[in-house]
Amino acid sequence: MEILEIFVTLGFWGALVRMATPLIFGTLGELICERAGVLNLGIEGIMTLGALVAWFWVYQGGDLWTAVLVAAAAGALFGLLHSVFSVYLGLSQHVTGIGITLLATSLSYFAYRMLLPDVTTPPKIEAFKPYPIPGLSELPYLGQVLFTQSPLTYLAFALVPVVAYGLYRTPLGLALRMVGENPMAVEAQGIDVHRLRTAAVMLGSAFMAVGGAFLTISVFDAFYIGMINGRGWICIALVIFASWRPGKALAGALLFAAFEALQIRVQQASSAFIPYQFFLMMPYVLSILAMIVMSRRAAYPKALLVPFRKGER
Amino acid sequence: MRLEPRAHVPFWLNIAAPIAAVGLAFAFCALLIVWAGAPVLEAYQALLRGAFGSVFAVTETLTRAAPLIFTGLAAAVAFRAKLWNIGGEGQLYAGALAATYFGTGLVTLPPLIMVPFLFLVGAIAGGLLLLLPVILKLKLRVDEVVTTLLLNFVVILFANYLLFGPWKDPLAMGWPQAAPIIEEGILSPLVPRMRLHSGLIWALAFAIFAWGFIRFSRWGFQIRAVGHNPEAAAFAGIPIGATVLRTALLSGGLAGMAGVCELAGLKGYLTLDLSPGFGYTGIAVAMLAGLHPLGVIASAIFIAAIYNGADAMSRAMSISNYLADVLTATALLLVLASVLFVRFRPRLR
Repeated sequence: MEILEIFVTLGFWGALVRMATPLIFGTLGELICERAGVLNLGIEGIMTLGALVAWFWVYQGGDLWTAVLVAAAAGALFGLLHSVFSVYLGLSQHVTGIGITLLATSLSYFAYRMLLPDVTTPPKIEAFKPYPIPGLSELPYLGQVLFTQSPLTYLAFALVPVVAYGLYRTPLGLALRMVGENPMAVEAQGIDVHRLRTAAVMLGSAFMAVGGAFLTISVFDAFYIGMINGRGWICIALVIFASWRPGKALAGALLFAAFEALQIRVQQASSAFIPYQFFLMMPYVLSILAMIVMSRRAAYPKALLVPFRKGER
Repeated sequence: MRLEPRAHVPFWLNIAAPIAAVGLAFAFCALLIVWAGAPVLEAYQALLRGAFGSVFAVTETLTRAAPLIFTGLAAAVAFRAKLWNIGGEGQLYAGALAATYFGTGLVTLPPLIMVPFLFLVGAIAGGLLLLLPVILKLKLRVDEVVTTLLLNFVVILFANYLLFGPWKDPLAMGWPQAAPIIEEGILSPLVPRMRLHSGLIWALAFAIFAWGFIRFSRWGFQIRAVGHNPEAAAFAGIPIGATVLRTALLSGGLAGMAGVCELAGLKGYLTLDLSPGFGYTGIAVAMLAGLHPLGVIASAIFIAAIYNGADAMSRAMSISNYLADVLTATALLLVLASVLFVRFRPRLR
């Protein structure tokens, strides 16, 4: 059976880990925002922006790691903008998020067209190369799958325990989770609710932007119009699937990436019977199914979507 | 900064605040034009000329406004009930798919019945598509924002499959397009030698209908009540589930009709570039209108003017027409904030 053979190829497992990377960044970022009580629908646009900024930085001769930082900073800036509307002004998080996505996406595309007015094929850049970790990459099988990846992939995987530790084992993480559950209790502790939420949204948005940057400076080596292609929305579904827990978010991202890596290969093997469009639909259908499966257990942060105004109950 | 509710809202503020916000959006985009190295005033003049400068420009703007009125109404009606339907784009394509299925020869009726029939099947398809996420929301509390968004991708890929596969018109020289809508189903032109078609009349009629429905009917009252305060509405005996389902059918139906309007009004056959994101832009249209169905008419024409004007501007000077998207997005955010400052007075501590 051809499909079973796919699972024994190292290429499949390597692709899985690579494809999970932007989803891990995006899901962790969205998770941080939502844990603080802010739904960030700006994710799709912020990922686009991160992709453009990082690509352009490298295209101009900038350093790859600086590009990651610049993308993160751009993401944080749009996170700040999101907070001004959704946290400080207490406007609808849905509409704010859609507005941020529209703004970040259109600004990115506008900038791309203005920066390269005459180019028809997107120019390639010198992107991150797979960095085999000395020693570990020599391991049979595992070495090639897990330890011969882009440095950004290592960063994504390393961030999962860091975020989990930060959320569950530090006072700041406790305050952040509490501000998403009961902001008044946080205020009673003398912590500024608005500032804390803003910080969370900015940090989360920085993560999202790096997820977008990974696509341009580590996978495709170029920027395309429409390249994020719903990955941000899938991350939002993954956060629900993961019940707002970093560990489960990693599992969800890997599961999704497995499916994506699988569909590309099955598509090649069976394009004669099943039109490829149905394979392309699968990530979206699977996201919806995942949300249905997890819906009974979904424990939303209690103050998600609820703006906080001082002195108001 | 603190926000204090205003005891009395001066009338002029209701009008001045959104206008100031739109002005700010234009000011922000002026910076982008400067960055692009073009003269701001001339660029905006070119935009204005492209939007309203001639009979042709005006008819083109109104042609573009028609589907935006439909998708704007779809968002406005749903958001009134706090139903976050972000799936207008998918519902638009669902409507166009249904109209293609029935309108390309399967059914032949006299024009007077054929056109309403196509709008009806389009509306049913759009409504049914929104029904799925809404039932999931009501029964399983699955968040409808994400499901409606994701369904957009599914529907467009499905249309892609049909147009490259079973529905591909063999007479189209290999282009991925469906067979043309039969003569009887085509929306008649309104101005000789222009593209403007009677879809605009349909859009205006439905805007007035939606306004009357929301404002005067019992179901419309229930939609508003559920949007304002679902608990109080439930306590008052309003059936929440049924109201949300009705809202979904209406909202999805309106978005589906946007697809029929474009399909039967412009090219007459389905292609994959039927909508340049009308479903998403409809959200901005609805928000700029303050979710008021009659306001949707004005804001749809305004946004259509920006898009058409930006197209003309980008042809005249080297400014990308993505500027229209930036302008819409900034206007959306700033008008949103301006409405808040009408209701609240900002106080520095």
